[in-house]
Amino acid sequence: MTASTSAPSTSAMLQLRGLGKSFELHHQHGARLDVLDEVELTLHAGECVVLSGPSGVGKSSLLRVIYANYRPSRGVVRVRHDGDWLDLAEATPHQVLEVRRRTLGYVSQFLRVIPRVPALDIVAEPLLETGLSTQEARQRAGTLLHRLNVPERLWLLPPGTFSGGEQQRVNIARGLIVSRPLLLLDEPTASLDADNRVVVAELLEEARAAGSAVLGIFHDEDMRDRVATRLFPMRPFQIT
Amino acid sequence: MSALLQVRGLSHNYGQRIGCQDVSFDLHPGELLCIVGESGSGKSTLLKTAAAQLTASSGSVRYHQRDGAWLDLDELSEADRRRLAREEWGFVTQNPRDGLRLNVSAGANVAERLMALGMRNYGQLREIARGWLERVEIDPSRIDDPPTAFSGGMQQRLQIARTLVTQPRLVFMDEPTAGLDVSVQARILDLLRRLVNELGLAAVMVTHDLAVARLLAARTMVMQGGRVVETGLTDQILDDPQHPYTQLLVSSVLTT
Amino acid sequence: MTSNYNFAFLDENTKRMLRRALLKAVAIPGYQVPFGSREMPLPYGWGTGGIQLTAALLGPDDVLKVIDQGADDTTNAVNIRRFFARVAGVATTERTIEASVIQTRHRIPETPLREDQILVFQVPEPEPLRTLEPREAETRTLHALADYGLMHVKLYEDIAQYGHIATSYDYPVLVDGRFLTSPSPIPKFDNPKLDHSPALMLFGAGREKRLYAIPPYTRVESLAFEDHPFEIQRWEHQCELCGADESYLDEVVVDDLGSRMFVCSDTDYCGQRRAEQAA
Repeated sequence: MTASTSAPSTSAMLQLRGLGKSFELHHQHGARLDVLDEVELTLHAGECVVLSGPSGVGKSSLLRVIYANYRPSRGVVRVRHDGDWLDLAEATPHQVLEVRRRTLGYVSQFLRVIPRVPALDIVAEPLLETGLSTQEARQRAGTLLHRLNVPERLWLLPPGTFSGGEQQRVNIARGLIVSRPLLLLDEPTASLDADNRVVVAELLEEARAAGSAVLGIFHDEDMRDRVATRLFPMRPFQIT
Repeated sequence: MSALLQVRGLSHNYGQRIGCQDVSFDLHPGELLCIVGESGSGKSTLLKTAAAQLTASSGSVRYHQRDGAWLDLDELSEADRRRLAREEWGFVTQNPRDGLRLNVSAGANVAERLMALGMRNYGQLREIARGWLERVEIDPSRIDDPPTAFSGGMQQRLQIARTLVTQPRLVFMDEPTAGLDVSVQARILDLLRRLVNELGLAAVMVTHDLAVARLLAARTMVMQGGRVVETGLTDQILDDPQHPYTQLLVSSVLTT
Repeated sequence: MTSNYNFAFLDENTKRMLRRALLKAVAIPGYQVPFGSREMPLPYGWGTGGIQLTAALLGPDDVLKVIDQGADDTTNAVNIRRFFARVAGVATTERTIEASVIQTRHRIPETPLREDQILVFQVPEPEPLRTLEPREAETRTLHALADYGLMHVKLYEDIAQYGHIATSYDYPVLVDGRFLTSPSPIPKFDNPKLDHSPALMLFGAGREKRLYAIPPYTRVESLAFEDHPFEIQRWEHQCELCGADESYLDEVVVDDLGSRMFVCSDTDYCGQRRAEQAA
């Protein structure tokens, strides 16, 4: 990993500099768990960078740190938000929420089910937060679910009882329904069949074509080859 | 974006005993903030002090009124405090029986705040009350039943309707789902989630249930021994807890 | 007049205390003024508040009339009239037009009152909000802030249960646009007589130790909803004695067979009408 010393190009969307993350476990005799150190990465608009490396190397943790789900222990996470750079490591919670609402999307491996809320509304919710009418938000959610081959009879049911693949497609729809300039994907296609993977790959290509930058984890090699414009190899944390 | 509520260095002591100590936070319009912590951690004291139901021992609470003016709560007269509580705020208690008027009908409970605001048209009051009963999933045909004829979950939903009927801008909630069956709890949480979104409410909610915070709140404060030990985005606090007490809380949650 | 008692039973200092409280009450129409209620030689609920007010008001030249439910000849009225005849030696009357002070339980005379007359009400519960709010400190705060939404909760409940405002006596009023006030348990039929009355109206509650006033020509508004306005009782009957069709009627059972007749509740009014008709 080489540090980029040049000034950020206008197309750069994300810059990680000297990023490190350690967990301090106060109830495990103060054990310290180091997961990331000195990560340097610049992500540009239109790119799809896929994180590679053996499991346990900290790929998921890196995405979570970028999403500000984990708080970085060291370094900076610069995100281009409304044309300006914002360091999420220093940002206020309200700033982070605003960045998540409009700039930074995250699709995890698993859908977080909300009791009693139907699939259609789960997908439509991020659109509602942007101020769209309920009717239009639902219509767009339906279009996306349809494209991801989620049968219409499931739309008005809460996804708690859906299969793993169905839940994952609802999750992808929710994550991609608002087009955000920066997308983080943590194995969103793990439980999908080949046909549906193709759909997701198409959706990602469309997002890139529209100028989004994508950073993801894809274990499936076909998928990785299909969507990646560049690989970002990660090495295990160096114990000093 | 400008804050709706500004709390700075707020403390309330019960004689020598600490209720809450040196708490500061901002609440923005349309935001739901959860206060978590175990019993006796000062959550409810903080809530009541911020809502001007208890007098602050030190510190300040400022509220950004609908008309744009900032109000200092400790300079508020009793008349202004009540006007605020009636017109711009709402308070939902843990036990619905504390927040409802049990000797009058469900409809009167919902309509009371409207009548306090001067609405004097019976037909209109009925119509609004029916609409709100429907909104909180109570059969509108039960509008004339007393709350004592309702189940605990229905009573809590009635209290929510009674509180939100005047479209307050800020709602304080003290463990609104504690003491209810899990299925009843899910229904109320879903309801709150929907109403908070639909009405663009700002809310401060006390709970000891981290799952409730995860579901409803973008931001969470963790309290222990009257002090805030950790504050941040709810998912940060639950997924990457920093303080020993928060780590203990998070690791103590049963998962199914 | 019995000489063993001070004029009008109460000692002069007590009367002075009462008059001061009454002045305050007149100055703040509808506001409940606390006073040091004395033990009177009759039980609570029999008009101890009204008697103390009357005692503080009476002078040797006054003419006193006492009615109970409109009648001059019922036990309570007769007792109180005799009491003051003995301890004050004042003239008494059953004629409304002759009286300078009228003590009443549960009615306002049908005959219009004049500026030189004072009506004294006996009040069991001076606090109109009491049935809804048991805490005295809270009701006082509500009065201080003129926060009266609660009273409409009661009227709302009436309509919800009976289809109309079923409260038929002690119907709450707003005095001078400010204080929510109990008119004492008069029928709501009498409420319009409170509005802009030429006579001073004083209210005394002996057990609750409160007195209040509606000064002459004060605006008195009976609470209601826009779509359920205030209405007074009406009868299909006329008084079977005097034929009046605009007075408050009592339904009286006249024999063991359950036969009934409707007669004026105001005995003086009824008697005067019959005298006029006979003449």
